[in-house]
Amino acid sequence: MSTASRPMARVGKPTGPLLRHRLADRGINARLLLLVPGLVFIVMLFVYPFLYGLTLSFQPMDGGGPFDSYRRFFEDSFQSSTIWKTLKLAIPSALFNVLASVPIAYRLRGKFRGKRFLTTVLVIPITLGTVLTAEGLLNFLGPAGWFNRALMSAGVINEPLPLINNYWGVFFSIVISGFPFAFLLILSYLSGIDPSLERAASTLGADWKERFRRITLPLLAPGLATTFCLTFVLAFSVFPSAILVGDPTNTTRVISIAAYQAAIEQYDWSFASAIAMIMGVIEIAVIGLVQLWRSQFYVGSTGGKGA
Amino acid sequence: MSTTLTRGGPATGRTPGAEPSRRRRVVATPGAWLVWGAVGIFLVTLLGVVGSVLVNSFGTQWFDSWMPNGYTLQWYSEAWSEYGLLAVIITTLEVAVAVVALSVILGVPASYVLARQKFPGKKIVYLLFLLPIMMPPITYGIPLATVLYKFHLAGNISGVILANLVPCVPFVIMTMTPFIEQIDPSIEHAARMSGARTWSVFTRILAPLLLPGILASSILVLVRTVGMFELTFLTAGPDSNTLVVALFNSMNAAGIRAQQTVDSMAVIYMSVMMILLVVALRFVNPTQLVSQVKEEQTD
Repeated sequence: MSTASRPMARVGKPTGPLLRHRLADRGINARLLLLVPGLVFIVMLFVYPFLYGLTLSFQPMDGGGPFDSYRRFFEDSFQSSTIWKTLKLAIPSALFNVLASVPIAYRLRGKFRGKRFLTTVLVIPITLGTVLTAEGLLNFLGPAGWFNRALMSAGVINEPLPLINNYWGVFFSIVISGFPFAFLLILSYLSGIDPSLERAASTLGADWKERFRRITLPLLAPGLATTFCLTFVLAFSVFPSAILVGDPTNTTRVISIAAYQAAIEQYDWSFASAIAMIMGVIEIAVIGLVQLWRSQFYVGSTGGKGA
Repeated sequence: MSTTLTRGGPATGRTPGAEPSRRRRVVATPGAWLVWGAVGIFLVTLLGVVGSVLVNSFGTQWFDSWMPNGYTLQWYSEAWSEYGLLAVIITTLEVAVAVVALSVILGVPASYVLARQKFPGKKIVYLLFLLPIMMPPITYGIPLATVLYKFHLAGNISGVILANLVPCVPFVIMTMTPFIEQIDPSIEHAARMSGARTWSVFTRILAPLLLPGILASSILVLVRTVGMFELTFLTAGPDSNTLVVALFNSMNAAGIRAQQTVDSMAVIYMSVMMILLVVALRFVNPTQLVSQVKEEQTD
């Protein structure tokens, strides 16, 4: 219809409809207005607070230069050591979650009886959340808990293992809530790989090791990278369990505790924002490194539907 | 399963006897034992974690034995009255329902545009919607709480709702966009050819087709919001705590009250989550959230 009306319209209004059509060709039309509410919302409640926090972090509460909040963080070893403590907790646990998920998901990717049940059971810890997991771990792994009791009555150990209120308590809490998440993601990435590719490889005489290394792993690499990033981000921001099952004044004083204490306990929003920005930068750096590693691998379709 | 079938090669072949030999193989391989063992250990730990909370919440005294000395319901009534749980649960539901409704209203139109149209700056818009999901809540939660306190929006229920919307609107967008993409656009074209206006295309063509997707993502948003700790914790005031924050506060102030009241509150929280989860799993298959499973080909 536009081709018929355009010449006539051009006579009446030289640019009006023509401009509209030209914009429509580039994808700008009235439908874009549907995007406005969501976009306004994100700008107001995500972008603006973020920029506000960024400027606030350069305005220390007690005066001083613009970088004083950052300098305070890095000069005080009590604060700056939280970065190392957090990474020491987040990277091993995220790696464990991903690496343990791969063989299990590889083995369980086909159809078998009870798959739906297993995936349902594995979703439970994700929904339980870290607070409840922390409470359960305190009971279960505590000195008088079932775990230590079972080991002691089996004669494996003589004294209860110290598993809570230290590094390991937080580690277990990250594994319990993070492993199912990583497993389900990797399982769905694996199911997205076209099984006929592997069948073709086995027709050509590849054994399962070669099939895994040359077919499955390269196709899975992007999925592994994404899964690692997501579990790392979860583990990096570990907060409730670091307080409840950890040792929040010393070994598991992670960076989110430092940020929280600055914000809620000292009302020093400038310092808290600075810590939040440092957290963001470290996360982006780790995610960037992982994506860089990922870009070395095959990028494209995995043959599966919608993957 | 296809691996075990093909691994035998031409020797075992696809003879009628392949079925029992496959089953024996799965049981025999050490790899399978290892995998099922790891899954078993994880499930036993999970059972121990959940079970010990459950048992402790019903126990009278439990110090140095396998099971408590006796069982009682007193901790539940204590927790219920001491923490004002009825009010807390009502707040939790109010927050969750408001977040679900608002995030669907804000998210679905945006995901429609993202699914159907190419426009300049689409990648930036996409990234903008992706960031709140990729970032951990506490990172943007602190600046967000600062801003909300500045405008006197935090410390009450509206602040909690606004803060929880930040990851939920992008979540709806990210789950709805692939869902809309799979709906054949020619259905909409046909409706337009027959003279339907945008509004009636939306209400009479798209809405019925989108309903399963909207339902699925709103249930996931509901579960997320009830379980969301950090953002609620940073923005809630004394009257606007949700269940998970009330649970954290009671655990963190341990020593004042009996451990069992905390546990019974944890059980109440757990049952709320379980009910939501059972409802959610009726509509959503967890493995299909990322990509569609090619069921018909994996024999």
